[in-house]
This record gives sequence, C-alpha cells and structure tokens, in this order.
Amino acid sequence: MKPRALVLTGFGINCDYETGFALSMPGVEMEVEKCHANDLVAEPDRLDHAHLFVIPGGFSYGDHLGSGRVLGNRLKTRVGEALSRFLADGKLVLGICNGFQVLVKMGLLPGGGPGRLDNWTQRATLFRNDSGRFEDRWVHLKVCEGHNSVFLQGIERLYLPVRHGEGKLVFGEGVYEELEANGQDVLRYSDPDGNPTCRYPDCPNGSEHSLAGLSDATGRVFGLMPHPEAFLFRTNHPRWTREELPEEGQGVAIFRNAAEYVRRELLGVGAAA
Amino acid sequence: MPHRVEVTTREGLVDPRGQSLVIRAREDHGIQLAQARVVDVYSIDLELDAETLEKVRLEVLSDPIAERSTGTGPILSGWDYWVEVGFRPGVTDNVGGTASEAIADLLGLPNAAERTVFTASAYALWGESLTRESVERLAHGMLANDLIEEVVIHSRNGGPQTPFKPRIPKVRLPENHRVQTYNLELEAKELEDLSRANTWALSLAEMHSIRDYFRRPEVREERNRRGLPVGATDVEVEVLAQTWSEHCKHKIFAANIGYTDEAGKSRRIENLFKATIKRTTEELAKTRDWLVSVFHDNAGAIRFTEDYHLTVKVETHNSPSALDPYGGALTGIVGVNRDPLGTGKGCRLLFNTDVFCFGPPDRKEELPPPLLHPRRIMRGVHRGVMDGANTSGIPDINGAVVFDERFSGKPLVFCGTGGLLPAVVNGEPGESKEVCPGDRIFMVGGRIGKDGIHGATFSSEALHSDSPATAVQIGDPITQRKVLDFLLEARDLGLYRTLTDNGAGGLSSSVGEMATHSGGARVHLDRAPLKYEGLAPWEIFLSEAQERMTVIVPPEMSERFSALAARRSVEASDLGEFTASGFLEVFFRERPVALLDLEFLHHGWPVMELPAKWTPPHHSEPAVPQTEDLTERLKSVLSRLNVCGKEPLVRMYDHEVQGGSVLKPFQGVHDEGPGDAAIVRPLLDRPDGVAVGCGIVPRYSDIDAAAMAENATDEAIRNLLAVGAPLDQVAALDNFCWPDPVPGPNNPDAEYKMAQLVRACEGLRRICLAYGVPLISGKDSMKNDCRIGEVKISIPPTLLVTAVAILPDIARAVSMEFKRPGDLIYVLGWTREELGASEYFAEFGGIGNRVPTVRVEESWPLYKALARATEARLVASCHDCSDGGLGVALAESAFASDLGATIHLDRVPLADPISRPDFILFSESPSRFVVTVARDSRDEFERLFAGLPHGFVGEVEERPVLEVRTKERLPLVMGEVGDFKRAWQAPFAHY
Repeated sequence: MKPRALVLTGFGINCDYETGFALSMPGVEMEVEKCHANDLVAEPDRLDHAHLFVIPGGFSYGDHLGSGRVLGNRLKTRVGEALSRFLADGKLVLGICNGFQVLVKMGLLPGGGPGRLDNWTQRATLFRNDSGRFEDRWVHLKVCEGHNSVFLQGIERLYLPVRHGEGKLVFGEGVYEELEANGQDVLRYSDPDGNPTCRYPDCPNGSEHSLAGLSDATGRVFGLMPHPEAFLFRTNHPRWTREELPEEGQGVAIFRNAAEYVRRELLGVGAAA
Repeated sequence: MPHRVEVTTREGLVDPRGQSLVIRAREDHGIQLAQARVVDVYSIDLELDAETLEKVRLEVLSDPIAERSTGTGPILSGWDYWVEVGFRPGVTDNVGGTASEAIADLLGLPNAAERTVFTASAYALWGESLTRESVERLAHGMLANDLIEEVVIHSRNGGPQTPFKPRIPKVRLPENHRVQTYNLELEAKELEDLSRANTWALSLAEMHSIRDYFRRPEVREERNRRGLPVGATDVEVEVLAQTWSEHCKHKIFAANIGYTDEAGKSRRIENLFKATIKRTTEELAKTRDWLVSVFHDNAGAIRFTEDYHLTVKVETHNSPSALDPYGGALTGIVGVNRDPLGTGKGCRLLFNTDVFCFGPPDRKEELPPPLLHPRRIMRGVHRGVMDGANTSGIPDINGAVVFDERFSGKPLVFCGTGGLLPAVVNGEPGESKEVCPGDRIFMVGGRIGKDGIHGATFSSEALHSDSPATAVQIGDPITQRKVLDFLLEARDLGLYRTLTDNGAGGLSSSVGEMATHSGGARVHLDRAPLKYEGLAPWEIFLSEAQERMTVIVPPEMSERFSALAARRSVEASDLGEFTASGFLEVFFRERPVALLDLEFLHHGWPVMELPAKWTPPHHSEPAVPQTEDLTERLKSVLSRLNVCGKEPLVRMYDHEVQGGSVLKPFQGVHDEGPGDAAIVRPLLDRPDGVAVGCGIVPRYSDIDAAAMAENATDEAIRNLLAVGAPLDQVAALDNFCWPDPVPGPNNPDAEYKMAQLVRACEGLRRICLAYGVPLISGKDSMKNDCRIGEVKISIPPTLLVTAVAILPDIARAVSMEFKRPGDLIYVLGWTREELGASEYFAEFGGIGNRVPTVRVEESWPLYKALARATEARLVASCHDCSDGGLGVALAESAFASDLGATIHLDRVPLADPISRPDFILFSESPSRFVVTVARDSRDEFERLFAGLPHGFVGEVEERPVLEVRTKERLPLVMGEVGDFKRAWQAPFAHY
C-alpha cells in the first residue's frame, strides 16, 4: 500500500501541479489525490483516506483580508472536526507558503496554547514583509538543532526560493519561548554559510528570530514560507548553468521524509526500496 | 444600520505601507511627512448586533497578533491629516467581495454572492509642514485616482472629529429595459453626428453600409415577419459598431494602400495584413508541419510534444493603463490570460510576458490632466501586472521596459501569455472550434456591469456620485482563477465543446464570433446575471466586464456543466443557443431586440483606401567629443534608462511558480546579470523546454520603421539563440503600436505614418522569411496619440516581436555570464559604424542617420553555426549585443560573473574600417553575440565558424577588472567589474 496525500486545490491555490508532482517523484512515491476546498467542505471524511494533508502555495482568496485568513477560517469551521481526527491518528500536515499562512491563521501552527494541542487559537501570524514588497528570491535555510520535525530529518541546510509578500513571522506574547523549548522553531533564514540571520535580503521578510518554518508540538505539522516544490531538479537552481549540482533538487527530501515517515510509522513498512 | 470597522498595524511592528508612503511622498512629491499610517476601512451593509460585529471584526477583518481594530470609533488620533480613499460606485472592489463572502460564510448567510462589504483605505498623516494644499496634492497625485476613487480629507483643526460614517458606494439605478430605434435615412452630416454622439466611431461609409443593409427588401421583410422595427435598434447599431471597430476588425491592416516611395514610384498593396504577415506564415507553413492553429483563434498554436501544443498570445492595454495604470495593467494581464484559456478547447496557462514603454520617470515637469506623470504610470502598471500575474499563479518570465519622452502621452503596456493545449481532448483535436446548432451558450465567471462600455471614451466628467465608473475596469484575478480551474476540469470531463473569451465587445463579440461556426445564434440578454440593475439591453450585450468566458455546451451536458460550476463556486448562466439560421438573434424578455445577418455583420464593412508616402527623414549627425578614456562613457551608457538593470521591479514578479523554471530573468554568480531569454519546462516529467524572448527598438523608427521592425525581429530571435535554443521550431508574434495613420483634419502626416507601417510590415516579413520564423499571432493598436490643447504627442511607431522556441532538451540552456577564468571570449558577427538612433548618440542628444541594418545573408549562416555550437555544448556563455552595443554586452557578461577580461578591440570583426574606438564599442549593429568557450573546445568551435565573422577578442580572467585595449595596447576602458555593475544598477537601485 502506498502512502496517500490529499492536496488541497481551489480559490487561488496555485502550486498544486508541482506539489503533486513532487509527491509522486521517485523515492517519494505517494498516491496523490487533489481535492477542491469545496469538495472537502462537503465531504470532510475524504481526509480519513489520506496520510498527508498538503495545503500548497498560492493566493487563496487573493490574500484579501490577510493571507490565508479566509481559507483558514473556512477549514477551521467546516473541516475542523475531521482535521482533529486526522491529527489524533498521528498523520501529517504540510503547508507551503500560502498553505503555511493558512495553518498559522487557523491556529494549527504553532498550535498549543490553553487547552488541547489543536485548539485552533491563532498565536502567531505571517504579516507583510518589512520590505513592503512581494519578492521572488532564493534563500539559504538552516535546519535548527534539536528540531522536532519529521519533515526535516537528516536535513541540515536548504537552498530554496521564497515568493511572498507576507512572510514575516510575528509571535504572540510568550509563544516563541514555548516553541523553542519544544523544538518547534525548526527552520531559519541564514547567510550563505548557514548562520541564521535577520539581515535583508538573506532574511527576506523581517521574520522574528529569522524563522522560516515552524512545527507543531508533535513535529507532524509543518509549515514553511520557502518553496521546496520549486526545487525538484538541478535545472531549477538559479546557477545550475555554472555549478556542479546533483540531479535531484534539495526540495525533494522534505516530501521523501514525509512519505518515509508514513511508510514506517503509519503503514508499518520499511523505507522505500 | 451599516457598520464601520477600522484596522491598523499594531504599534511596535513595522508598517511597511506607511513607511513606503513617507518615502514616496518625499521622493516623488517633495512632501515631508514625519509619519504615516495606513488604516483599512470596512463599511458593512448588514444589520449586526454588537456581539456578531465583534466576531466579524476579530475573525474576518483583522489579525489578532499583528493588527488592532475597532468597530465603534476612530482607531488613531492625533494625526494632522486624515485622507480616506474609497471606490466610486460600480468600481470593482475585490477585497470587499472576498470580505462579503467570508462574512456570509462565517455567519451562515443565505446569499453569499451579495455585496455587503465596501472597502476604503485611510492614511493618517503627521508632519509639521503639511498644509491642506500639500495633502490635496498627495491625495490626488499619489493616494487616489479620481477616475475610480473618491477622496475625503480631514484635518486636525478642521472641526469636531466625530466618528466617520460607513460609506456604501452601491450603484443604484432604475431598471432600464428601453430599446431605442434609429432612423438611418439621414443626410451625411446627420449620420456622422449620430455616430459621434453615440461614440460608435463609425465612418460615413460605414454608416451608409448599415443604412443600405436596413434598406434591403429581404431584410425589411424578415424584420417585419419577426417583429423588429424598420429602423435599426440600438442593440443592432452598437453590435455593428463594435464588430466593425478598428480593435476588432483591424481595418487599417485590412485596408488597400497606395504606397509611394522616396523616388515617387507608386504601388498598390491590397490588404496589408494578408500581403505581408499572413502571406509570410502561409509560405512558411508549406514546409513546417508543426503549425497547429494560426490567426484563427484567440492565440496561435504550435506543436510542442506529441501530446501537447503550445499556444501564445500578446495583447496591449494602452489607453486603460494611461487612465488608471494599476487597474488598466491588471486587466491587461488577466485579460490576455483568457486568450490561451479560450483557445481550442482551453489551455493550462504556462507563462506571462510583459513589456512596457513609458515616459522617463525622472521627468521634472508635471503633465497636464488627464495625463499622469510617467513615474506614477510606471509604478501603477508594474504593480498591476505584478498583482495580476502573481495572484493567478502564472510565472512572469520575460519582458522589457523602454523609455522615451513620447510615451509620456500614451504608455504602451504589452502583456503576453503562453498556454499548454492537449493535442487530443476526449478523442477530438484540442484545437477544435466546432460549434453545433443546438449547443447552449453559457456565460461563465463574473457578472455584467457597465464596465468598459465603449472602452475608455468616457471622461471622468461623465461620472456623478451614484453612476458607475464605466471607463476603467479592474481585473479580479481570483474570480478568474476559479473560472480557469473549473473550465479545465470541465474540459477534461468532456462537459463542453469549445470556448472563447469575453474581451472587447463582451458577449456581442464572443457570441457573434462563435455564431459563425454554427451559422447563427439566439441570445436572451435578460438571462445574464448583472452586478446591479439599470443596464439597457445593448449595454448588457456590449459590456466588457472582466473574468467572463463564453462556453459552448452540448445540450445533453448542460446540466452536468452547471452542477460542476456550482460545486466550484463559479457562476454559469445559460443565455441561449447556437443555430444555423444565418442570423444573430437577440432577445430581451422574449422580445426581439436585434436581428443581424451574420454575413453582413462580419463582412459588410467597406474596405478603406489609405495613402502612404515614404520620405526618408534626415537628421543632423550628433557631435560626439572624442576621448581617450571610455570608462566613464561606458558607465554612462550602462546607466541609461533603456540599458540599465530593472532587477528590483522584476524580483517582484513570481517567475518560478509551476516548478518549471530553467533560465530565470537574472543570472550569474549573484543572480544579477540580465538574461537574454527565459526557458521554462512546462511538463515536469519531460525534458522539453520553451524559450521566450522579445525584441523592441522604437527609437529606430526615427530613421526608418523598416529598420525598427527588422531589428526588433532579429533581437527576438537572437535572444532565443543566445540561451541555446535550436532554430528548427521558432515562431513569433507581432504587436504593432502606431500613431494614427488615417488622414484627417488633425493628422497632417498620416501618409508618412502609413508608409512607416508598410515598411515595418515588409521588414518584419523579410526577416521572418529569411529565418524561417512563422508569425502565429499578433495584434495592433493604431491610435496611440494624445492631444492636449494644441499639442499632440504621438508615440514612435513600435513593433514588439515576441519569439518562442521549442527545446528538445532543457539541459542545452546557456546563461549569459562568463563561467571560468581562462575561457576564450569571442565576438560573433560584423560590427559596422551603425550608431543612428543608438543609445550612445542619444547620450549626446542626437539621432544621426546610419541606423543598424539586419543583413540576413550574413546573419543566417552565423545563427545556424551558433545553434550547432550550443547543441554540441561548446558554448560556456552567450550574451546578445543590443542596446548600448558590444561595450554593454561585455560589461554585463563580466559583472554577472565577478570575473574580468582584457578585450582587444582591434580583434572585433569589422565589415568596414571604423575610425573611432567608441563607435566600435557602442555601435548597435544587429546579429552579434559575446560568447565564451572553454579552451579545449577552441578548435571545434572555430571550425564551426570558419568563414563566418568571429573574433577571438580576449580571455576571461580571475581578476574582476574589465579592460578594453586598442591595437596599440592602450587602455580605453579600465574598471572593476563591480563599478560597472553599480552604474548599471543605479537608476532603479532604490525602486
């Protein structure tokens, strides 16, 4: 049995093609089902068949009223129950760029706070970049020591593009300290040598603590602003015409980690052949 | 009672919008602000109790972490001025629409489509030196566009600050079902007056054709039988005026032309378009089996792989962008997206391109109204295209920005889109446009308002407080994205037969056009959903409201089609059916309001006869002082607006969504060097790529529009070659933007401009035939003049050539920057003393006469050799020489790599001796490249170029210094490559 991923579509989500492709690449090999947000709202049980729920990048509802807010509200109120069940079953959630914004606005990331882990309280936000502009540029990322993410196992550094206008992580009172203690502060913008930095443009948005990605307390929900699905091949790299690079892009590892976790922990099989 | 919610950034957080306002006020308007804060204002037209309002405010309208909000009063105090900007009634308010939907969803309201929320932006300003006058200037010159927005200004000392009221700019008009009938049996002058009064833009000859049609006995009889009046209804004349418009029928290009050359010799050209552009493609098509669909559909289509075709279209949106740069450009980009979407059975959209022509942004003087300052146009257009393209999830991969004083009167905004069409859809060819009698006419997407009726001819004076702003449309990329997703899903399920977009002329144009495929159509206008009441039937038919497609659905599929639309939150309305009656029949509430013979509708217009007279202009040769050190000259040229880098603008476009990015706009060791063309990989499981390049050189028209067109075409093809594309499958698109070439009382030099057009078309044809490049699609915009009082500003005649090439393997792509120290640097192609209309001459305020000339007998063999060299992977880097010539290309190749070079100018291949080294360095002779080759590839490379102009001019060096030497080994140019880079980046470094 193959691990199954449910990839959300509709209302301005627009990275579903390459995200779906990444999930079906050699070594990842998940079965991909694309599901329109309206269909998921109509039948939240469709989540039950999947092991990984992915909210890809894009501009859901045009970023109106703040990126991710409207879709986040909709998922929270209409799919919340099924999603709680999904999480309780030990399954995985990945939000990329706009997907990360959705997860943060609906309170799934960083999660925690008073009550249960998935109590849907927004405790951080992704806000307008300090630069005031949308930018497409490649950034260096450092996976933080002691992180809890199942998606980042075995990865130390990444080089990926960001493409957003609202990627600045801002935390509510005391939230960051709690994340740090739990290893939920998983991914930081860094300089080319791997030292985390808040300096523009290495840190493209002014994120607090130079954070680019977060986990929930279980390490099974992961959101990040950079786009792993945009670096699947050597030829995606901005300087592939001048550097010696492996065929596989660095983004693939994140999807492979998810698939392997599902195989190992949820399907009880060994790593992919 | 309506409610008002105000939201602002929490204190202690950066407010980038406020900060940028302070900077722009100072830099663009010389107004000093101590502080500015932006407040989002929502007026909610719903009865809500306090608790519900609180829920809406906190869960929908604001962010609990980064923002503060109130629902009961002003959120900020202490400001010196408060400027509030809200839309006029009927102007698209995208955020308001989403907010309405989100609130309906949260509260479980029954009618989610109803507009209940209206947005405004408020600016709280602090500054000791602010005056009412300076704030007015800021408000109308920067914060608001009076055409579409209303401004309210409050000052601290302006009286009591009671809480501001909600503002509900709903359109409130009485129902309007009136259909007017026109008697066309009038005198010539009366007919002309009638045409002008109704902004039909129909000539007297055209009015006569229409009059004669309604005189025909068989027409009278048929009308009588079907209950239509003897005279023409407003619906009928409006449809004819629209269908016969220059925009839709390209009457100038279809005209017969009497061309007289400089020797006084005359010849006649029947249908300029057919005689040049179409003929070129037809001749080339005989030996090219990869042309799938050209000139017939919304976009041209060529074969890409065995399973897919590539479709491309480029459009202009000039006038709307002049009036409302943001909305006009946004509509331009989402509008051209609908062309490939509406090609064949519908395409996935692969990429966007954008090319802009503006007046210089550093212009000192303001322009008289309604002209906006070029800087404001540039900012607005850029932001519009950025928002449109990014929000739609289509990578913006290639473009250019051109500056010339004459674009201050009318900017040019070219937007292009490529799409991927399956070769076969449910067993039928993907490019099929079949329509069968009985098929249903579905309108899908946005609703109809008075948007864009009669284009941009309405002035702002025509607007009053409750009337919709019709002149300008604002695109809604998210509605369109929903439509696109839905249609591709429906396509693959086989739920429709074919489709087309609603652009110029709206339904009248899309249905009128598709009706020719079945032989007729019957439309019921009352079945079309409206944004608001008050549209007359003809307005419903002609409205250019955005985000709408017309979809042809077999009757047996209509139920499933409607059901899927509903599941995807897309509005789809059945407006009638296609027939084989030979007529376009239009009804309103079962009453016939139009009956037009399709043959007459599409072919009844009289062909124009236009004179063209070519008199070559003569300019004085500029005085260019000689100097021994050209280092500063090179920096000046690198800093020229048409040469310099625009990276900050381009970085704001998403150029890699969809995962297929292969060559990005900026290349090299720090991703800062300007690439020649982009390459994308549309299918991630295939190695095939698409390269996209463009060429545009309006200033050469000052000498000869033929040279302008030939150089633009050569540049577009050159760009593709430079990135490693092969030549066997290259296609091009032509977009002409011209000053009016039709004689008239205010147009004394029309014959000259027509001659320029003829020469440009023939130049384009000459190059395309020589290179074997068919023209697969194009467009023209022929009235790019602007009159203010006695002054007329006309654009320089401009041809944009967009070229695409299919690469069997993306791995052969070549980027522009030097790669390794020790690589050999070659200049390919002849350099001549061709500085007429060059950037170098412009630097000295002159034009000159020796315009660069494309010599295909020289360039074509060179191009074939270069394509073989890139295929054999012999080329380490390749960069096209264009604006600013060899000097610029060398500097860019070097600074993009952080490597240096010593260039021996005497080894540059010269066709004839050139006396001055600066002329060698800055001549803009076409068909040249700077190429680097690894040392061990030298022999193989030189063998390929034996007998062709190539000069080994130097080597790439570790030391990041660019040096250019004379034959006597004297340094002409000497500088750190970083200094050249900074000069090149300077003009837009702080954009």
